[in-house]
Amino acid sequence: MAESAAVEYRIDRRSGVATYLQIVQQTKQALRLGLLEPGDRLPTAREVVEATAINPNTVLKAYRELEREGLVEARRGLGTFVTRTLGGAAAADDAPLRAELADWARRARAAGLEKDDVSALFTAVLDKTFEGDQAG
Amino acid sequence: MTGAAIEATGLGMKYRGRDGGWALRDCSFRLPAGRVCALVGPNGAGKSTLLALAAGFLRPAEGTVQVLGGAPGEARAKMAFVAQDKPLYPQLTVAATLWAGAELNPATWDQDTAERIAGELPRDAGVRSLSGGQRTRLALALALGKRPELLLLDEPMADLDPLARHQLMGALMAEAAEHSTTIVMSSHILTELEGACDYLLLVDGGRVRLGGETDDLLAAHTLLTGPVRDTDPHTVVESRTAGRLQTTLVRRQGPVDTTVWEATEPSLEELLLAHLRSPEAPALLTPSAEAGKEVAAV
Repeated sequence: MAESAAVEYRIDRRSGVATYLQIVQQTKQALRLGLLEPGDRLPTAREVVEATAINPNTVLKAYRELEREGLVEARRGLGTFVTRTLGGAAAADDAPLRAELADWARRARAAGLEKDDVSALFTAVLDKTFEGDQAG
Repeated sequence: MTGAAIEATGLGMKYRGRDGGWALRDCSFRLPAGRVCALVGPNGAGKSTLLALAAGFLRPAEGTVQVLGGAPGEARAKMAFVAQDKPLYPQLTVAATLWAGAELNPATWDQDTAERIAGELPRDAGVRSLSGGQRTRLALALALGKRPELLLLDEPMADLDPLARHQLMGALMAEAAEHSTTIVMSSHILTELEGACDYLLLVDGGRVRLGGETDDLLAAHTLLTGPVRDTDPHTVVESRTAGRLQTTLVRRQGPVDTTVWEATEPSLEELLLAHLRSPEAPALLTPSAEAGKEVAAV
């Protein structure tokens, strides 16, 4: 048995988010946070389903999606491995995009918007910008 | 080509002394091998009868059922059946029961799996002294230890506490992941099976009303919310009106007019409840669930 996998998935059956998407999203979150790095092995389908009691095909579907996005790679007989990181630099405290967003948030507040208004506005623009993209 | 784990054609069953009523009638469906199938339906719908017929414990009154390509009796070595009352020998101990499992299934017996499922059951305890949940655990240990190709489980989780339920469902899924075991689990509680199953058979009033991949069955239906209006040309499963608002679960026939309706995909529970509340809604089998068809492997 290889060393234990670097992530553990938590499945929330009441979240309304498809189970395979929860796995995709949690993997991406772990990549963004640096909890998963290139070379790390994802848990096998057997390990995931034994811990979560979900259908094996759901795990395989999630891994196929991650592979399609070029984030992981399946190596025959060995497992599924992380091939690259995500976001990272853009989310760091001193990154330019973050600074611009922080500046925008300050201006929105100065213009008299409440936190919920800002959040709704941001989400609306975000949805519009990424319209038509694949979910996930 | 993927083979069929179970294929029923015109299957019917009648019990003596039940005023001539049919427990199961005119059932035709196919369960492809390698699926984890939820067999759902209300109490008395015919779920147990269907499983007992597939296991070869009952002889059909009409029609046929084939299991793993042959008669149920011929496939006995390759399948395991855990009936609802978890039949075990009460005079044996846990250890003796596991030993009997090993002796009776010498070709396929997997002691490690059986021991793992049996878990913390005291091995010297008599079966008679076990609780309902412990008996379930032992029955599942026997069934999984046999390493079957087809596992038929009638209400397997009913006696288990939430922790044991999660653990044993996890063990079943691990078995399916590793050995592509076909599993059929019956329950009248859907939430127990949702997430674990990728295939669905809805039995109601002795008939199969829905059959196929869970995702495909969901995708074939749409929940339309909007003004009170005819939903032609879509097939209506259930329609409800509250004031000026009409909510209709339809089986789509062509595209949905989204200028009139808000269209959402139903949850599995919504889909099943709508069918159970509308006994006259037509049955739906996806292509892979239709009997008499060989479907190419995907």
